[in-house]
This record gives sequence, structure tokens and C-alpha cells, in this order.
Amino acid sequence: MSITLETSTTWASTCAVDELEAGWGEVALLGATQVALIRLADDEVYAVDHHDPHTGAPVMARGIVGSRGDRPTIASPLHKQVYDLGTGECFTDASLALRTYRTRIVGGMIEVELAP
Amino acid sequence: MTESTNAAAGVRDVVIVGGGPAAHRLADSLHARDTHRALRVTVVGEEIHEPYDRVALSTRLADGAADLTLQPSSMWADGHIRLLTGERVVAIDPVAHTATTSGGVALHWDELVLATGSSAPVPEIPGAAHARVYRTIDDVDALVAETRELAARHGRPAQVVVAGGGLLGLEAAGGLAKLGAHAAVVHSGGWLMSAQLDEGAGRALGRIIAGQGIGLHLGARPATITAENDAVTGVVLTNERVIAADLVVFAIGISPRDELAREIGLELGPRGGIAIDTSCAASAPHIWAIGEVASFEGRCTGLVAPANAMAEVVADRLLGGAAEFTSVDDATKLKLSGVDVASFGDALGRTEQALEIVYADPARGLYQKLVMTDDAKTLLGGIFVGDASPYASLRPLLGTQLSSEPAAYLSASGMEAPAGDELPAAALVCACNNVSAGTIRDAVSGAHADHAEGCTELGALKTCTRAGTQCGSCVPLVKKLLESELTKSGITPSRALCEHFELSRQELFESIRVLELTSFDEIIARLGTGRGCDVCKPVVGSILATQHGSYILDGGRGGLQDTNDRAMANMQKDGTYSVVPRIPAGEITPQKLAVIAQVATDFGLYTKITGGQRIDLFGARLDQLPEIWKQLVDAGFESGQAYGKALRNVKSCVGSTWCRFGVQDSVSMAVRLELRYRGLRSPHKLKFGVSGCARECAEARAKDVGVIATDQGWNMYVGGNGGFQPAHAQLLASDLDDETLLRYIDRYIMYYIRTADRLQRTARWIEDLEGGLDHVRDVVVNDSLGLAEELEQAMAAHVDTYEDEWAATLADPDRLRRFRSFVNAPNDSSPEIARVPERDQFRPATAEERERGEAVLVAGPTIPVRGAGA
Repeated sequence: MSITLETSTTWASTCAVDELEAGWGEVALLGATQVALIRLADDEVYAVDHHDPHTGAPVMARGIVGSRGDRPTIASPLHKQVYDLGTGECFTDASLALRTYRTRIVGGMIEVELAP
Repeated sequence: MTESTNAAAGVRDVVIVGGGPAAHRLADSLHARDTHRALRVTVVGEEIHEPYDRVALSTRLADGAADLTLQPSSMWADGHIRLLTGERVVAIDPVAHTATTSGGVALHWDELVLATGSSAPVPEIPGAAHARVYRTIDDVDALVAETRELAARHGRPAQVVVAGGGLLGLEAAGGLAKLGAHAAVVHSGGWLMSAQLDEGAGRALGRIIAGQGIGLHLGARPATITAENDAVTGVVLTNERVIAADLVVFAIGISPRDELAREIGLELGPRGGIAIDTSCAASAPHIWAIGEVASFEGRCTGLVAPANAMAEVVADRLLGGAAEFTSVDDATKLKLSGVDVASFGDALGRTEQALEIVYADPARGLYQKLVMTDDAKTLLGGIFVGDASPYASLRPLLGTQLSSEPAAYLSASGMEAPAGDELPAAALVCACNNVSAGTIRDAVSGAHADHAEGCTELGALKTCTRAGTQCGSCVPLVKKLLESELTKSGITPSRALCEHFELSRQELFESIRVLELTSFDEIIARLGTGRGCDVCKPVVGSILATQHGSYILDGGRGGLQDTNDRAMANMQKDGTYSVVPRIPAGEITPQKLAVIAQVATDFGLYTKITGGQRIDLFGARLDQLPEIWKQLVDAGFESGQAYGKALRNVKSCVGSTWCRFGVQDSVSMAVRLELRYRGLRSPHKLKFGVSGCARECAEARAKDVGVIATDQGWNMYVGGNGGFQPAHAQLLASDLDDETLLRYIDRYIMYYIRTADRLQRTARWIEDLEGGLDHVRDVVVNDSLGLAEELEQAMAAHVDTYEDEWAATLADPDRLRRFRSFVNAPNDSSPEIARVPERDQFRPATAEERERGEAVLVAGPTIPVRGAGA
């Protein structure tokens, strides 16, 4: 049984989508939160926690992006665990998961959904 | 659990007399198997060397620096096994159970193992005192020195006569001839290697040996060695011929060193040696004999395989087992470059009614023979001269039924070779280390007791089973077994890079080159599928960098680069980076050292000297890298590419400019090499070394390219690697001048870059190539593939387009943007780098130290100042 609570979410503006080069991750600082932004195609932008789930080091934006089957992926630059960019599921170690954020592009700016 | 009481009461003393390969194997086996430390082992060897590989003596003849030490050697450092070198056991008391050494020490034993080996006999003929022998490292080193000295004294090549046309005699004569001597072999038999080969094979071998410029005198023995004023002048043979000679070497067989056994009245074999039974026990209780000194069924054998087998039997017996030594494998393979000779089993066809299938082609110098049972089905033995390629796969089939007609197995017959018989599990693949086909298959499939994982590559398989680690002749067969086993278990030995590329790295390299592709998007669209991954992207990034030499982060190539290349610095565990400026050959001015010191001080970087004669500065944030490099580049430093799969450094000793012993200027050569190959991207990191003399202070033989000075020029070694599976570099070419050396390195490195697998270091690459080192030498030295010019041009293009990556970064604001901390706050810094002081510097805090609040948080312009907590 689960209960769904209707809550208002906050969308934080980060940077212009043109600031990001396809396949080259960067970090946005949102308050004290570090979010890794990855642009794959023109309007396909993912946001995940910048911290490596395995070590806690702030490095995820510097991982190599790619695909596994039809899922978009990012590999930790430290020990190469591979995560699903959309769901955060870890393909190489089931005990790990990467926090993901929803994104949208508004007026050419990338916005990231933060928990209220 | 109670402590074992062994330590006090039950520990037995084992003394092994002799320090050769048999003693090494026994010590190694006891070390591995006596896990309860029920034995205390002492090995007494009279030579000053640790046990070494006598089979490889000819290597030492070709390369005076060759290290023949038998591996593993780590057990000598352990308290369990003690090795006394340079000491001989001079007396044994079988009642008091002591062995007295030449140093006057009386060693107590509960079990005594005689592994005294044999000596090289010299017959009692006039002038015998002038004769030399070929048995130990010291013998070999002395022969090399004397050959050189004679040539210098007479102003012509030394004239060497080798008595004995067996394995050792031919190796000695061939090796000395390669050092420039005029060599002749005197052999009492009617043909060479008459103990192992039949007449046809012996004559074929004779033609090959004569073709190498070595004189042959068959059917005769030396009768007198003539000398004037203590200098040898010649040899008179039993057939009254006289041969001029400056040096006479006897290699006429071995005589067992059984004098200790004689003194205490042990039973001896009919032709000497200590008589042993199938347990390797001698005729007195608690005394054993192994190796060449042991006489089994009436004879002693001078081969490594039975010596190893006997050592294993005794190890088992000493630990309460019941292993038995059953038979002697006589298989031999001559180790003389350019001469392919092997024999095994009943090579001379002594079995009753045996059939011989012979292929002889004197014009091509070939002789191949199989000995079969009278129904032509079961293999009894064989001989190969001129082309011994079938030897490795046929020897394990000894005693089994062949599935095809025998002639098909002879490569010289020109018939299609059978696809490879399914070897029976018991078939002996590695005779030296007694490894069967079954053991190898189990190790691959993971059924091997110590290896649940399964070995899927050759190096691991060799380490795990020991197959192919001694003489190496079975390696091609081990590789075949590995591949067929992997295929069977569904692991296609596929060379596909990853799910995105079906191609191997080599195929991808060639496809990209031929199709002239320059971007990842084009490449994956033409040659692959999907969006790539952390395996194929760096490979493509590296291939493009090698082929075009352009800035690695431009043109969409930034996202291809692996962790370190991406930031052109080395990422550490906490996400900060370390910085290594290039210091070519480790040569640096005090002024430049001061700049490094200043940068480290300004940015609070932990500083450490690397293993490659450079300085590593740790703890820089991504956004600090450009500022750090600005100071370094301004002072004339360049990137050291410590972050790249690229040339790292060229290590050198100080060389002839300062060193009393140096014969060449190793620093100048190392600087030249480092500046030539800097920045070159390759399948794995590359390290070079240059030593100014044979003392080898630069440890060049641990490098991918090792250059060692000789008084004539440079010796070039290849395939040395440190790391997880260390390998010594092997000699590729000798006495090269500077320009030839550079040309050979160009060809060798470019050939490696083009053909190696991803992350395959040079040692494994050479091992994996069909033909191994000989193939590399053919390509590099003899240009057998006609590629030399192309490879040199590719290298010349690299040298021409090289630019310093950090200078290029600093010069371009667009490139600098890649080093910003936050896309929305480029001037803020990550607030969570935690440091603690240790030994006057800062290191990353552990999780516990963070929790306990002991760490200093570092952010923004705040830089911790030296000395905190000190």
C-alpha cells in the first residue's frame, strides 16, 4: 500500500542549454547541492547527483556517457560502475544507485526539479 | 583452537644439498605445501647465485646481463626456507644426522635430500688443464670474457673448439660464434646429437650448423691440447688432424656429483649417481636423491623435467604422501637461434616393429620423422630438424592414437594439418612442470581447485598452472587449449571491443585509418552501434590522437577521454587531481626545482617523488589546474602526460658524463628519446629506460623499451613491464648506433600501437603475437612485412605535430572553460575537500576523521598553510 501526497516541487534554473557540449558533463551548484548535468542530444538533458554513490567523491559529471542496450548511461570516473542516466539504476553493482533529477528546458534554460 | 605444538616438538629439519633447479623446485613445493610449517628447510648451494635456470644458459651467452634466477624466489626471504649460497656440504654423518659445510657449520637433519647435480667432465688428456667447460653462469661469463679478450689480443676473431656435439656443445658453439668467434665442433659420434637423433636427422642438423659457419669434425675426439707459454695453440684429434685453437671447451656430457654418497656408502647406479627407487629414496633411511645426481633404473638424466618430477615426489613424501616417480621424459628441444631441433619419446625407433614415417628434404634443410606402432596408429616418438613446429602439439600425444594419418602431422609434407586432436586429459602439455591437458582445461573452466574464477587469458593461465613458464616450448599449445576451451564454454574468444563495436582494437585502428574517419559520431555510425561506453570511447579517442595528433579535447573528442585524460591530470580518490610536469630523463635545474616547490607551496599540494624520476603534486581542484599550469608553463615546463595512455618518461642513470663506469651518454640519449616520443598515445602507458653500462642502474629491462649501452653502441630490449604481471625485457638487437636505435624504436612502438589490444602492455602483446619475439624482430629489424617505412613515417608525423597540451589549453579561453568548477557559478569552489596534516603535509581525510571533525575543509581561495599540527 502506498500513499501519494500531492506536493509542490521547485524547479531550479541552472544554465543555458547551449552552455553544455554534448557528451561533456558539467556541475551546477544549487544552494549546497551539486548536480551533474549531462546533455546527450539537442534537447536531451539529464541531471544526476554529482557524488559517486560508491565513494561519495564529487566526480560524477566527469564520467563517460554512453549507452547500454537502449538505455543512456554514465560511468563513474573512479571505478567505472555504470548507471542508468534516467533511473539511476546501477548495471554493474545492484547495491548501488545514483540519485536522478527530472529536467526540463524552458526558454533555452535547463531547469532541474528539486525536492520541496 | 589450540596452538599447534609443532613449533616445539614436531618440527623436522630438512637439509637439501645442492642449489640447482631440482633444489629450487623442492624448496618451492615445500614452501607452498607445508602450510603447517612442520618442516624447517635449509638449502646449501656452492655457487654464489640463487638457484638459476641452467636450461637457459645460452641466453646468458647472448646477453651478459640476462637474469636466469628461477622464479619464484620469494620463499628465500621467508623464515621457513633458508638458502645458503657459496657454501658446500663437505661431510655427512648418517648416524649423528649432520651435514658439515665448507664454512664449518654442522647442520642437523631429520631428512637429507641430495641434489648435488653433476659436473662437466674433462677427459684426462695431455693439456687438459687448459680446457674450459660450459655448465654454470660463471663458466659462461668467463667464456664470453675470454673470447673477447682473445679477439682483442690477436686482432682477429677467437678460434674456439667445442668438444661435444650434443645439446650443450651446439649451444656453446652457436653462442660463441654469434659473439664473433670462429667455432668448430668435435664430436665422437658419426653425426650431431647422436644420442637423440637418427642419422638422417643428425646429418640435416649438421648441414644447418655448417651453414652458420661452424666447422664440424665428426667421428673423432680431442687427443691432446697443445699450448705455448700457457696459451692454447690447438687441438690434436684422435684421427691425427690438428685444429688451430685459442680456446677449448668440453661439453661431452655430465658426470653425477656422487662423491658424498660414495663416502657414506650409499648404493650407486651402474654408471655412477645415487641409486633411487620410485619414491626417490636412496639406500639409507631418511636420505633422498633428486635431479641429475639420481640414478633411476640405472641411469642419470640431465634434463629439467625429470628433476622437477623427482622434486615433487620428495616434497610429497616428506609431507607424508606416497607419490611415485615413474618415468623419464626424454623430450628435448635445442635452444639455438636459427636452428630448430626437437626430439621426443622413442625417437630412434627402438620399439620392436616400430614404423618410421620420415619426410626429408635436404634442399630445404628439413627432416621430420614420426615413430609409430606397427599398425601406424599409436605415436611412439618423433624427431624434427629445420622446422620443429609440430613438436609442441605432438609431444603431448605420445602414447595415444592419432586421429589422422601420421604424415598429415608433418608440416614439411605440405598436407593440411589435422584440426587438432582432442588431447586426453592426462596428456602432458608442459613437461618441465608436469602439467597435463586436463589441468589446463580445469584452470580455464574454473574447475581448478585454487581458481574458481577460471583463467581467460594466457598470462593468468600460465601463472595459475605454471605451464609454459620454464622452457616455453609448449606456450603455443597452451594458447590453443585456452582458445578451444573458451569456445566450448560459449565464451567466443571474441576480440570485439564492447557491445558497440564488433571489431577488435587492431581492426578498428585500421578501419579508421583507411576510411579516414575523424569523429566518434562518424566512426560509430559507420562501424558500430549505440552511443558508445567507457570502453570504446577512450579507445577511439586514443586512436584518433595517434593518427592525427590534434588537441585531445577539441572537436567533440573531450567526452571520449578517460578520467585522467579528460582533465589532463590524474584524478585521486577524493576527486582532486595530481600534476606531473615532464622532467626529461630526470634531469632538472635547481631553478626549475624551485619553481615546482613554489607551485606546491602556493597551492598547498602534497609532494612526492615518483618512481619515474619525476615529481607528483597532489590535491589540486579541477578549477586550480589552469592556474597551476600557468606558473609551470611560464617557467618552461610541459605536460608529463602522467594522465595518458602515452609515453610517460624515459628513466636514465647518470651515464658516462659523470659515472666512472659508464660507457655511453645515457642521459643525452634518454632526453632525446623522451622528447621524440612525448605525447604519443598508445594502447597502454609506455615507459622507457636508458642505462649507460651493463650495470643497468636505470632498470631499463623493466621497461617497454630498454636501452643499455655497450662499448660498441646500444643494446635494445623490448617487452619489459612492471605492474601486476612483471616481465623482463628481452634482447631485440645489439650494438646499434644512435640512428638505427631510433629507427628500430619508431618501428617497434608504432607496430605495437597499431596491433595491440586495448590496455595490452608490450610484454603481453609480444606473447600474444604469432611467432612472439622472433616475429617482432623480423618486422622491426628485417622488415619482413614491408611496413618499416610506413611505421617510420607515422612516427615522423607524430614528432612533427607534437604540441604541449597544457600550453595549448592556456592559450585558448574556450579550452579553459572545461576546467570551471560549476557551470552556473564558475568562481565558486567545491566546499567539501577535507584534509588532515601528516608528516608536515596534507592528505585526504578518511571518513572517520571527517566524522570526528578532525579534517580541515578546503574551499575557494583558502589554502591550508604548511605546518598545521606539526
